[in-house]
Amino acid sequence: MSPPNGFQRPDPALIADLRARIARIERQTPESGGSPGALSLGSPELDAALPWGGLPRTVLHEVIAADWAANQTAAAGFGAALSARLAGGRGTVLWCRRRRDPWGRALYGPGLAAFGLASRQLIVARGRNETDVLWAMEEGLRSGAPAAVLGEVGNLVPGAARRLQLAAKAGGVTGLLLNGAGGAVAPGPAVTRWRVSAAAQAGAGASPRWWVELLRCRGGAGCAAPAAWFVEWRDGTTGRFAVVAAPGHRAPGPAPGGDVAGVAAGGG
Amino acid sequence: MRVVAVNGAAEAAGVAPGMTLANARAVAPGLATAEADPASERRTLAAIAAWCGRYTPWAAADGGGVWLDITGCAHLFGGETGLLEDLIGGLKSQGFAALAAAADTPSAAWAVARFSAHGGNAMVIVPSGKEETRAALASLPVAGLRLAPAAAEGLGRVGLRRIGDLFELPRAPLARRFGEALTRRLDEALGTVEEPISPRRPPSPVRARLAFAEPIKHGAAIAGAARHLLGELCRKLEAAHQGARRIELTLYRTDGSRDGTAIGTSRPMRDAAHLEHLFRDKLEGLDPGFGIEVMVLAAAAVDPLPPTQSGLRVRGRGTEDGVARLVDRLANRLGAAGVVRLHARPSHIPERACRALPAAHTMNPAASMENRPAQARPLHLLPWPEPIDVIAPIPDDPPAVFRWRRARYRVARAEGPERIAPEWWREAPEDASAAERRVRDYFRVEDTQGRRFWLYREGLYRPDRAPRWYMHGLFA
Repeated sequence: MSPPNGFQRPDPALIADLRARIARIERQTPESGGSPGALSLGSPELDAALPWGGLPRTVLHEVIAADWAANQTAAAGFGAALSARLAGGRGTVLWCRRRRDPWGRALYGPGLAAFGLASRQLIVARGRNETDVLWAMEEGLRSGAPAAVLGEVGNLVPGAARRLQLAAKAGGVTGLLLNGAGGAVAPGPAVTRWRVSAAAQAGAGASPRWWVELLRCRGGAGCAAPAAWFVEWRDGTTGRFAVVAAPGHRAPGPAPGGDVAGVAAGGG
Repeated sequence: MRVVAVNGAAEAAGVAPGMTLANARAVAPGLATAEADPASERRTLAAIAAWCGRYTPWAAADGGGVWLDITGCAHLFGGETGLLEDLIGGLKSQGFAALAAAADTPSAAWAVARFSAHGGNAMVIVPSGKEETRAALASLPVAGLRLAPAAAEGLGRVGLRRIGDLFELPRAPLARRFGEALTRRLDEALGTVEEPISPRRPPSPVRARLAFAEPIKHGAAIAGAARHLLGELCRKLEAAHQGARRIELTLYRTDGSRDGTAIGTSRPMRDAAHLEHLFRDKLEGLDPGFGIEVMVLAAAAVDPLPPTQSGLRVRGRGTEDGVARLVDRLANRLGAAGVVRLHARPSHIPERACRALPAAHTMNPAASMENRPAQARPLHLLPWPEPIDVIAPIPDDPPAVFRWRRARYRVARAEGPERIAPEWWREAPEDASAAERRVRDYFRVEDTQGRRFWLYREGLYRPDRAPRWYMHGLFA
């Protein structure tokens, strides 16, 4: 018997087509153009840095802090601003966290209202443990009811982020993961990952400002990551982000600390 | 000591209730006795009444027996005969000997069960009708009317031993001589007046019930049965134009024990699919034991819910309805206090200005609940202000350096103070200096890394006292 056809060099056109299909699947947004599934962040610089022309909806995004102990409130503020922008003044935001916050911090309504999350728009789910928090996030994402689901997690069990990603897709809701484990964890299925640290404000009574790094975005072409900006939250009828010039008096470092001011120790 | 109750063997040997213990021992030398325990008997009877909830929502333990109102229930068991056979058989398998009777009136059933039924014929059914009831009662002793012992003895002394003897007597003299209770009991037994009896629990207006030929044990079977019951319950609710606020599921196990669970909803609901979703987690916690014979689903609390044209409504995506359903699901696992909205309160004391209220009870918060303060407020508040060590160049100034949770922060910039005085109208009258001590001067400070904190100094500045500083919140 003659041997079957040996290995043939595949058709380059076929390979290119497959690559393109994989890229489309990975992008996880409506095909090409991306704009209907993407949310403009209100800042041309930020929108241009994302291949979809904005933040893609119905997927999972990850917000971490440069140093969780020092910058978790900054990260939470950035997450609150993102979810307020996603809710667009009408939708509901589900915020999932532990009933007993390990850092002894409670969400404060008046502070959230300053980011455009009014009490009628925000539901806080308080779980006994991380399992409850992940469960509440998944329920919220799958239900399709809220505009955004935000969850504060510490140690993601393997596969949890993947489940959330699938739930976000199934329910058509945007998920935001405030990941306290920070850079320690391997890149998960989240479509974008942002790292936030506090930044000095322009002056008395000025808008909240952060040093925001876009660490990665899945979807390849057109992604500017890694990129970083000073970002302010401009409050108004609809809040928006604005990229501002670097302040002269402080050069932001990727790893704050080492200054005279130490890092807040854990516990409480 | 007297004999209170006897079993079949003792009865056959000639022992009867009311005998003294010495007499009873003389009649039956091998008699085994145990001290009566009325409290334990009551508990057992109550448990049996609860077990009988499988037959009717209306079951009550009373006077050494259990009442069941089987109006409209008997057909589920193949008629009154079928129901009583099932009842006696079920109790027998648990080790209880039972006598049962069914009749038109509670009093007639009571009398017939105690005086007509016996070991050989544990079940008596009095056919429906006034004449039939009369005939069934006629031959029974007057004690069957639940009379006080004195009244029964009095009747016996004048030769009135059977209930039938009383039928033809003029009422007025009878009532004068033996009391109103006698004629009332007689009328109740014959059904000429209604007898009020109280159920074990108020029966639920809407319920659905499912009995299994083979006891079920597996989660999938229980879930399937629950789905069936929910469908039936929701149809009944729809017919009644009602929606459930609370639904209770009760499982009756083969060994006579029960288990149950309940769900609550934030708004009247009769959507079987949504309710099933709420029950899903709860069902996992149920223990089928050796198997479940009967499942009963009852709407324990209902509210009016007008019918909707279900076919035309788009299923809620991102709608208010969808959020209410989500809140239900979350609250059924996390508890009502686990799913909250942060409401504003009219107070300028920061920790009082915001209160977490269960979202299930406040689905439509008024627009006035908007809580956007004039002054900047932190995103994170510490539930209890934490004392900090402060170095301030001048006592009245904001700090230059402070230490919080064992870390040191150097202040780059500070705004303030914003003075917040205690709410004197809320508190007990006290001297002015005490109130002065609790005045807070809040500062918004930013450290050299751009982190922003909310600190306050307690009390007005006094040269004779070091000021105390607290950390109260963190800005984003």
